Amino acid sequence: MNMSKEKNPMPTQEPKIRAKNFSEVALGYTEEQAKNEAERCLNCKTKPCQSGCPVGIDIPAFIQKIKDGDYESAYQEIAKSSSLAAVCGRVCPQETQCESKCVRGKNGEPVAIGRLERFAADYHNAHKTHPIENVPKNGYKIAIVGSGPAGLSCAGELIGKGYDVTVFEALHIAGGVLVYGIPEFRLPKKIVECEIENLKARGVKFETNTVIGKTLLVDELFEDGYEAVFIGSGAGLPNFMKIKGEDLKGVYSANEFLTRVNLMKAYKADSDTPIKHSKAVAVVGGGNVAMDATRCALRLGAERVVLVYRRSEAELPARHEEVEHAKEEGVEFMMLTAPVEVLGDENKNVRALKCKKMELGEPDASGRRKPVPIDGSEFELEVDTVIVAIGTAPNPLIKNTTSGIEVQKWGGIIVDENGKTTRDMVYAGGDAVTGSATVILAMGAGKDAAIEIDKAIKAKKK
Amino acid sequence: MYKILEKTSLNPTVSRMVIDAPRVAKKAQAGMFIILRVDDEGERIPLTISDFDKNIGTVTIIYQIVGATTHKLDRLNAGDCICDFVGPLGKPTELDGLKSVAVIGGGVGCAIALPTAKALHERGAKVHSVIGFRNKDLVILENEFCAVSDVCKLMTDDGSAGEKGLVTYALKSLIESGNVYDEVIAIGPLVMMKFVCKLTEQYGIKTVVSMNPIMIDGTGMCGGCRLTVGGEMKFACVDGPDFDGHKVDFDEAIERGRMYAEFEKHAYEKECNLLSKGGNA
Repeated sequence: MNMSKEKNPMPTQEPKIRAKNFSEVALGYTEEQAKNEAERCLNCKTKPCQSGCPVGIDIPAFIQKIKDGDYESAYQEIAKSSSLAAVCGRVCPQETQCESKCVRGKNGEPVAIGRLERFAADYHNAHKTHPIENVPKNGYKIAIVGSGPAGLSCAGELIGKGYDVTVFEALHIAGGVLVYGIPEFRLPKKIVECEIENLKARGVKFETNTVIGKTLLVDELFEDGYEAVFIGSGAGLPNFMKIKGEDLKGVYSANEFLTRVNLMKAYKADSDTPIKHSKAVAVVGGGNVAMDATRCALRLGAERVVLVYRRSEAELPARHEEVEHAKEEGVEFMMLTAPVEVLGDENKNVRALKCKKMELGEPDASGRRKPVPIDGSEFELEVDTVIVAIGTAPNPLIKNTTSGIEVQKWGGIIVDENGKTTRDMVYAGGDAVTGSATVILAMGAGKDAAIEIDKAIKAKKK
Repeated sequence: MYKILEKTSLNPTVSRMVIDAPRVAKKAQAGMFIILRVDDEGERIPLTISDFDKNIGTVTIIYQIVGATTHKLDRLNAGDCICDFVGPLGKPTELDGLKSVAVIGGGVGCAIALPTAKALHERGAKVHSVIGFRNKDLVILENEFCAVSDVCKLMTDDGSAGEKGLVTYALKSLIESGNVYDEVIAIGPLVMMKFVCKLTEQYGIKTVVSMNPIMIDGTGMCGGCRLTVGGEMKFACVDGPDFDGHKVDFDEAIERGRMYAEFEKHAYEKECNLLSKGGNA
């Protein structure tokens, strides 16, 4: 038993060095560190951590395997509940989920569950010999729309139940937000590729370059013999601030900026996709996407990167670790600041972001204290690029081309507690339902829907 | 991979390719576009569909060599494959109820205007076409337009083919001579569309333009293709690419189109240098 109050620190690249490269920031535990950290787990009988996991991983069980030095079994234990362990070990907000429930956290830091999950998954990926489980096929076809975390998790669950699973992806490679949104230095693309290869090896089929709602319609999927459809089409159109100057050259949505960098590899010299190499960048927003954008901008060579957020630091929705990493790398945090206008030069290029200082007033509907503008506090922040990272609205393509699927006023697909939409045998989950959320919540929704799809098909075929 | 079945040169910088893409062809309608990626390092570029054959499963694109990607694309020939080809994207051009239409094409925009003229002609509408080019060497699709138009006017800036003058000149004379149009459909360079709209505004003729802004995914995710229409932000990929031309902020669209002008110039030169050094990979 290791009674240290602190987690084994995660080895990372030095901030000054990593702020100039796109290699992964966190390097992962060594065996020794992993074992030492695993020894901090009390193996509670009640397993409070498991209740904090959206996909219900038996956390004490996999940590026990690490204690035993049986790392492959640790991975297999995780794989019973999660099809994307190497991804989740890197990008899950463990501090508000499993780790927030850890008994060790009551007096010191919780067990570093996420880091241990990553260790087990990386061990598996480095040592695997591709033992493919041969689940007998039941002959029923399921279509999954979108290959992001919701779709992949749904696919993983259904292939394990014997279904014939096809995932349709609009872009040219599979992975959704894991490839176009989350940067290489936080989630290396080879990790995502590896997880997708694992699914392919288990029999999941992927059809890229296929836009459901355009290339194929949901109705046609049913005509083609699919028994059920799961929609995990993810986040859609980016929100803008609706202030003057957002049409100027040098204003990006975070989606566009990150897609250019991550999916199209615009940071590499041999990429055909252009991106602006800015001197000074303002990123507007406070979530993980905003953090990713600031850190990408730094790595592309910006001398100054400022995060502009209208509330205070305590309200930043981003993961604590991302905030810390961004700060260490040199991102400036300008809190209680709201953009008023983007200012341009005579050639319509961005020259500054005009902002107003804010103060916190009474709590609003979200329970957070509402930022109120301070009169006469306007100032100009001199930047040549503004990246808007204030969320997205769901993609309208499927809603517009599929009858019987009802959506919320803001566009989110309406589902019941089982992930079922208003149309029979059509399920949905992830950002397409909830609006911008996390990878693990989307995975949880994909997995839950898979279980419901299985039940519905079995009930039908009786 | 998507196989190139045919390639024809239409003029020194414009070529036509017929691509084997049955799923895209099945859903294609005039006014919609595709996004392609030539190879693994390639960028995603949108091209409006120029023709399609649902029965044999082909989609025709016509492109002008303007930058690195179109240059790269042009190095491919019949029998080669394009890495990615996705679509059809965007909304089709609305043709219902149109009985008399002036279709205006400028330069390579004629490639996109043609399927619209053809579709209108097939529906029995009266089609007056005006197609404009800088000079006679750049003229494309003249015969194809004539075949589907009741009146077809060819204009060149220098008068080396057809009549000398801009497309707006021809359109104005058609209107002035008493032709009545339910709608004008203008597809070409932004500046041309802007001036067609200025003209038709004077006569109160509804005018639809096809916008082709910078795009990445083309499915409503990146927001790069945003433009201002009637004071509101619209996304060309999902709300368009067709818009009411009298409401489009063309000056903004023209500026935004120049965002990567420098980069494109360098990329294009690099691509050309590769070729001149014999690096015809």
